This record gives sequence, C-alpha cells and structure tokens, in this order.
Amino acid sequence: MGHLAPHINTLDDEEGFNRDAFFKMGELGLLGIIIPEEDGGAGLDAVATTIAMEEMGAVDASTTLSYLAHTILCVNQIANNCSKEQKQKFLPKLISGEWIGGMGMSEPDAGSDALGMKTKALLRGNSYILNGSKTWITNGPVGDIFYVYAKTGGKKTDISTFIIERGMRGFSTGKKFSKMGMRASPTGELVFTECEVPLSNRVGTESGSIKMMMRNLDIERITIAGISIGIARASIETATTYAKERKQFGKPIGSFQQIQERLTEAAAWYEACRCLTYTAAKMWDSGLMTGKEASMMAAKAKLQSAQMATQVALDAIQILGGYGYTREFPVERYMRDAKLMEIGAGTNEILRLIIARQMLGEVADA
Amino acid sequence: MDLTETTIQKELKELTRKFATEKLQPLIADDERDERFRPEIIKKLGALGLTGITVPEAYGGAGLGYKDYIIVIEELAAVAASYAISVAVSGLPQLILNIFGSEAQKTKYIPPLAKGEAVGAFSLSEAFSGSDAASLRATAKRDGDHYTLNGTKLWTTQGDFANTIILMARTGGPGPKGISAFIVEKGTPGLNYGKREKKMGCHASHTMELVLNDLKIPVGNLLGKEGAGFQIAMTALDSGRITIGATAIGIARSALDIAVSHATQREQFRKPIIQFQGVSFMLADMAVAIDAARLLTQRAAWMRDNDEDFSVQAAMAKLFASDAAMKVTTDAVQILGGAGYTQDFPLERYMREAKVLQIVEGTNQIQRVVISRELEINMKGK
Repeated sequence: MGHLAPHINTLDDEEGFNRDAFFKMGELGLLGIIIPEEDGGAGLDAVATTIAMEEMGAVDASTTLSYLAHTILCVNQIANNCSKEQKQKFLPKLISGEWIGGMGMSEPDAGSDALGMKTKALLRGNSYILNGSKTWITNGPVGDIFYVYAKTGGKKTDISTFIIERGMRGFSTGKKFSKMGMRASPTGELVFTECEVPLSNRVGTESGSIKMMMRNLDIERITIAGISIGIARASIETATTYAKERKQFGKPIGSFQQIQERLTEAAAWYEACRCLTYTAAKMWDSGLMTGKEASMMAAKAKLQSAQMATQVALDAIQILGGYGYTREFPVERYMRDAKLMEIGAGTNEILRLIIARQMLGEVADA
Repeated sequence: MDLTETTIQKELKELTRKFATEKLQPLIADDERDERFRPEIIKKLGALGLTGITVPEAYGGAGLGYKDYIIVIEELAAVAASYAISVAVSGLPQLILNIFGSEAQKTKYIPPLAKGEAVGAFSLSEAFSGSDAASLRATAKRDGDHYTLNGTKLWTTQGDFANTIILMARTGGPGPKGISAFIVEKGTPGLNYGKREKKMGCHASHTMELVLNDLKIPVGNLLGKEGAGFQIAMTALDSGRITIGATAIGIARSALDIAVSHATQREQFRKPIIQFQGVSFMLADMAVAIDAARLLTQRAAWMRDNDEDFSVQAAMAKLFASDAAMKVTTDAVQILGGAGYTQDFPLERYMREAKVLQIVEGTNQIQRVVISRELEINMKGK
C-alpha cells in the first residue's frame, strides 16, 4: 500500500492521522464500498469489505480502523437508514473523503452495557436538545459527521439516532485518548451540552433505532475481524522471514522445533480464523441468516480472530527476540494494535455472552 | 524453605514500597513517555542501602541474600519496572566482581556500585550473537600491559549511564572457551555509544549499542583468567534470572491490584463486573499465577542463598514468572476494556513491559533448553 506503509511508523509514534489516505480511498471508491451504487457507493458486499480491511490492516491497522468507523459505522448506516434528503446531504462528501465520519454509541458508564446509555434527546419545537457524552469514539477528534445514538424515552430500548455535524452549537469533541496501540486512529469523546439538532437530522422514527443499531454491530464485527486477520498475516510473514534468515548455533532458528511450533500453530489458527471470518461474511451476504444467527456468527468470527491476532503478534515478537521488541521491526506495533481487537466493537466477554445466549437461551441470563 | 517473612524482609519491603510510591510513582509515566532515565534515583536508592543488597558489608553492600534482594526488586517493579531492571542490572557487575574479581578489583569497583554512587552494566549480546552467546565476535587482543577491544555490542541496558561495565570479548579461538570478561570504565577512549534502541516498553531504561574502537583496557581489568568469560557471563545470568522473575511478579501484582479494584467498582448491567464469572475467574487465575511465580522465584533465591545449584530453578522461575506477567497484564487490560487500552491507566504500560521479560536474561526458549537439558542429564544418570 503505497499510501499507508511510508507513513505509519511516524504516525504511530506521534499519534497522528493519515488524512490524505481518506482522499485517496475516496478516489478508489473504498469509502462507499458496501453501499448501493444508487447511493454513490461501489455496491460491493461484506466479503469485499472484509478483503479491504484485511489488506489495509496488514499494513496499517490504525488507518484501517478509522476507515472502518467511517465506512461501516457512519456511511453504511446513513445509506441503510436515512431519508433520500439526508443521504443527498451527507453521503457525497463522506464518500469522496472530504468529510470524515464516525459513530457515537458507548458512554463512560455504558460500555459493554450499551443500552444503559444516558445521553438524552428532548424534542423542543423543530429541534432536539441533546445532553450527555459519548466516549471511545474512533475518529472523534478528526471527524466531521457523527452518527449518534441517544435516549428519547424512559425505556432501555427508546433509542433514536441523530446526525451530528461538527460546528453545531453545544457540540464539542472532548479529550483525545493516548492509547497503547492504534495510535494513528484518533479516539476521543463527543460532548453534548444543550446541543441543538434540527429535526431534519433525526434518522428514521423517534425511539425506533435499536434494531438497526444492533444489526450494524454484526457487520462491524465481521469486517473488523478482517483487520485482525491482516495483522496476524503480517506478523506471520515477518516472523517467517526472520526465522529463515536469523542464524544462531550455526543454523537458521527456523530449524528449531520451538520456533516451528510457534510459527505453525500461528499459521493454522490464522487460517482457521480466516475461514471463519470469510464464511461469516459470505453468510451475511447470502441474506440467509436470521438476525440472531448473524449476531452469533459475527461474534464467533470477531472473538476468535481478535484473540488469534494478539497471540500471533506476541509470538512474532518472541521469535524476533530483542529485535521484535524494538521499533526497527513492526511486530511490536502489530501486537499493540491487535490488543484493541479484543476490546473494541464488543469485548471478548460481550461476544461470549452473545454466543452463550444463542446457545443456551434464557439459561444464559438465569 | 521457610516462607516466614523476617524482620529485615519486612523492613526492606516497607522501605522500598515507600520510596517507589513517593519518588517513582509521580514521575514514571512521564519518564517512560520521554525515555528519560534519572541516575539520581539510583543514588537515592543507594543512600537507602538498596543498591548493594547481596554483596558483603566489607565492600559497601548489605550482606543479605537473594531472598531479601527479590523483595526490593518486586517492590520497585510494582511501580516502575525500568528502575527494577536498572537496580538488577547494576547488581550484575557487583555479583560478578564479588565471585570472580581479584581483591584489588573488588575494592576498587564494588563499593561505588553497592552504594549507588555508580551505575553498572553487563554487555554480552551482539547483532549475530543473541541466544547463541558463545558465538560472539568482539575481539580483545593482548598488547603488552593492555588489551585492545574492537567490535559492537548490543542490548546493553543503561550502557550510556554505566560507570562500570562487565563486557565479554573474544581473546581466543571460536566457541565459549575463547571468551574473556573485562571491566570497562565509562569515559575510556574507544568506548563509543551507538544507537539507543527505540523499544515497545521499558523506555526509561535505556538499551544501548556499544561500539568498541580500539578500546584499550589495562591487563588488570581482565576478570579471572583468559577464556573464563563465558562461564562468568552464564553465572551472572543464572542469578539475573531470579531478579527477572521478581520484576515480573511486581508488574503482575500491580496489574492485578488495579484489575480487582476496577472490577469491584465498575458496574455494567447494574452490577459490579466482578460478579460476572468471565471477569472473576480471570482474576482468580491471575492471583494463582502470581503466587506460583513468586514461590518459584523464592525457591530459586533460597537455593542460591543456601549454596545449592540453582540454575534450573532460576530458569523455571524466570520462564514461569515472565509468562505469567504477560498473561496477567494482558488480561488486566482486558478487564478494564477501553480504559485499560488508554494511557489513563498504567496497565497498557505494564503489558508492554512484561513482554521484554520473556526475552531478556535468556529468551524463554533458552530457559526451556536449560530445563530440558537437565531432565535429559538426570535421566542418563539413572
């Protein structure tokens, strides 16, 4: 990737953002990859999107994560759920890369327990007044358009969606987080203080968002698994090359069984996750899965791929020894990036709960 | 092995913990970010008597054992692994000099290190000689009353600050028997600092390349005999592994403390997350791993203190404790979720620090070689 590889080390170091890559992705049609052609997209499917995640993820997981937040969490949701007028207003500049998009769901006290969100929107005349804050927002510090969920009623499921535009009065992006990895993907807060949002920026009906919110988490999890696959692939490639070249005790370290064990187990687990992830994507594209089946399949793919990527990256560092611990090789970055895959877009724990509920029914919550 | 804490051990623990909390805690996050090492910290630790725990009082040390020493290392690591490593690395030349040094060498070099007035380092690895230490290429040629050293050494912890470096170079033919150990003083012409490694973690602990350009060392700074260098290095690493075990335990212990505190306070789905087995069982496994690692490390220390052969036990302790620290810190990040991934908490730093412990003082692959060889030898002896 000529537009990612040359910059990622510096951006990772300095917690920067590859803004130019988004214009380039816009030119290539990647930003609207999964949305219909009539909405200005490429009209491709989940498999194609996962391939894009894997290929970019193998080079620069940070920018890929920002790309995912933009394309899957914002662009895709606007295409899925917005009115014609709203689409016309927001999609062209998001698809060209002129605007950066993001999504706001998590809150300080509502992480895994997403429905426990407290941000409230009250209709006053022709506007909604939003109060509250969102956290862990990928692209928060750099985004122009945010697809934001807020409570519009007393029930847990009374969730509505609003398109928030940078510059709206009462809206600010709070602090930017310093993170262990994914450092070139800015993460921040969205803060709403008596933020006035025109009625025309509400998506769909009032308190009618929960189904689409949940459904989009599934496609997010399938495609983000592609990033884990990409990180793991790059880790395995670096470690394999090193094991062939590095000599100790008069022979390449690849001739030692301990190294072979790590490499082969990594390769096998990686391949298994790859199959699982692309099967999930294919099943999603077939439209044959029910909502709950899709959620379980997406959870399985994301859960395994994330754990695999972290372990494989750790093992790659170990194979490279001292060199793996330095910034001269990318494997320590791969490991720092991979760890987020076990936390973002549903922690391992929440994914296990989703799978358990599907397997055990009510027993899971008894 | 007696597990009762002695009065001295209690005092060491309290003293070190107080120092770490008051003096290291406030600055370590920034210093890690800025890759800043403060030699004055070593001076302060020295003033408290914490930098020469195991060397005899005659040479300025405390004359205590490894079972006491690992308490100090664990307490430092619980707050700032970089300083635990610094003290442990400064301990290596003291240990080597104490065992292999002449009376003149001991008298000259140990006291400043033991009192924390000087910083020490140990330089063995090279670019093509890591796990295969016996293949090192740096040369030392005898020329009248001095040796001339040439070559490049890698991964020398605090090599840039060290006043006294024990450095291995080749005086003879290939293999372990051609290696000798030298005492190199800071400022000696020909001792040049190469690049400082940019690393994943332990940034406050500098990792240096040392470039030797016709570095002249007086004959009196040869340690032991020519050809004894490999044995000297391996002896030092056996002991060093015990301190790495203790460092791993310190890091893991702190990670567990934060994870437990978070899990009891953080509520999701209207209850503290510790009430979910996915979280509480992870915490239970972390606690078991830490205790097992500490017991293994204490055993190796106890055997060393009782003059038993402890190299296999030290390898076991280092292997198990560093693997435990990696797992515990990774799981602790997981329990804090997004917060654990940020630099608002030290957990992501602990995780980055734990990783190096699986690599230094012999990679964990090498520890398995040490352990399995012993199993093979024992079987043949039967």
